[in-house]
Amino acid sequence: MNIEDTQQAIIADFSVYDDWMDKYTYLIELGNELEPIDASYKIDQNLIRGCQSRVWLQQKLEGELLIFEAESDALIVKGLVALLLKVFSGRTPQEILDAEPYFIDEIGLRQHLSPTRSNGLMAMVKQIKLYALAYKQIASQKK
Amino acid sequence: MDFNYQDIRKDFPILDQQVNKRPWVYFDNAATTQRPLPVVEKIREFSLQTNANIHRGTHAHAIRTTEAYENARDIVRDFLHAKEREEIIFTHGTTESINLVARSFCEKFLSEGDEIIVTEMEHHANIVPWQMACERHHASLKVLPFADNGTLKTELLESLISDRTKILAVAHVSNTLGTVNPIKEIIRIAHSHNIPVLVDGAQSAPHTTIDVQDLDCDFFAFSGHKIYGPTGIGVLYGKRSWLDAMPPFLGGGEMIDRVTFEKTTYNELPHKFEAGTPHYVGAIAMGSAIQYIENIGIDKIASYEHQLLNYATDQMKALKNLKIFGESPEKTGVICFQLDQIHPFDLGTLLDQLGIAVRTGRLCADPVMDHFGVTAMTRASFTFYNTIEEIDSFVAALKRIRLMF
Repeated sequence: MNIEDTQQAIIADFSVYDDWMDKYTYLIELGNELEPIDASYKIDQNLIRGCQSRVWLQQKLEGELLIFEAESDALIVKGLVALLLKVFSGRTPQEILDAEPYFIDEIGLRQHLSPTRSNGLMAMVKQIKLYALAYKQIASQKK
Repeated sequence: MDFNYQDIRKDFPILDQQVNKRPWVYFDNAATTQRPLPVVEKIREFSLQTNANIHRGTHAHAIRTTEAYENARDIVRDFLHAKEREEIIFTHGTTESINLVARSFCEKFLSEGDEIIVTEMEHHANIVPWQMACERHHASLKVLPFADNGTLKTELLESLISDRTKILAVAHVSNTLGTVNPIKEIIRIAHSHNIPVLVDGAQSAPHTTIDVQDLDCDFFAFSGHKIYGPTGIGVLYGKRSWLDAMPPFLGGGEMIDRVTFEKTTYNELPHKFEAGTPHYVGAIAMGSAIQYIENIGIDKIASYEHQLLNYATDQMKALKNLKIFGESPEKTGVICFQLDQIHPFDLGTLLDQLGIAVRTGRLCADPVMDHFGVTAMTRASFTFYNTIEEIDSFVAALKRIRLMF
């Protein structure tokens, strides 16, 4: 599934929850299901610091695809991290650079991605894009 | 209960609204307080009828504004029980007040190898300005620790004091632990070594009677917006002897006596420390806020808030796996806590869904987080317009939220 289809699928998943409590319960479930990243990656170098919660982001290149792993100490944030990974992980740098995570707005959780919300999610998206840009430049230099 | 909060809540129309389709419960009063109608009216009246810059004009409104501004100084002087009105300096808030002292006092009195004492429970605003002063003057910072129940280890103070100690800075009330510190005792000990004391009163001024002469503190700082007034205005009280001896903080208009390119002489107190156009509307409205709480009675407010604190503490402690950080016998209406293993960000987000506003995060007090080995806390803070019913909704919300995890 490409990025666009993945975002649409997430929006469809959330459309069945009209109650906020169910929505957050689902997010918490997604957070609980997310594979924890290896402890050796939970280092300051991978830490995206927010005042409210912390996010660790680790990346590697497999062929032409950028693979991300991430985790947060807050479960709701972890649930949102899981969704962002579905959208952005396993894509080419160009696909990542071309995409905006509009699904967060559509599922009614926009407040978590506003620049004033210091939970690290906004910074995580920015970091993902920076990695994509860096890998794209490395690839073009090799050519 | 000798306190009619229903009438009081009418003075705070902002409280009467819904958030996420539920009655709004505002428990973030330690961050900022709401403003009663007389304060809002004062700002409105000034903006619509009287605005003119102070201390400069001969025209009617300049004179009226100046009088109102200086009257606000008198209100603050009475409120703090200061000896002289010239000892009241208007600033932008507690942070600027502390920075003013950390800059001006230290410029004159701090030298290489000297020491400054702060406590482990300070807000960053009462740590960082002193650290910056220490860096400028190659001095060092000493820290008075607190015990796990949230009380300062005052018995260790003597051992921290040396003949190089130049000033001690301490919170009257902790913004995280709620502890009311024994500042009178701390000041007595410091003064027995001729060390002046700055008291951060941001969390105490709204809730207790302040008498700077009885405390004998050398400096006292508080903020307008935490005492039901506007943001952007605050107070520094300083003993005249210190303020006279200290060099000016900011240079500009108002603070000068005479300016030539060769030499400038400075104005008298309090103007020496009030460079530029001050936030005079803020000062005047803060004066109204102080009058408002004085009309209700600060003792009555304190006693009602204590009932709220005790009730909330009992209700919260009845919940299994709820840990309260800071259980000093002397406490104001601030409760920092951890519920189960729920991250404060998650808890704050879900409480907001239920219409309840609390503060989460590091609370501008990293050393307190480090003391308890946590990265964040949740804080509920009450004031006199809050009610027992709101505490019940809050506790019910905690019970509901924990089931989601």
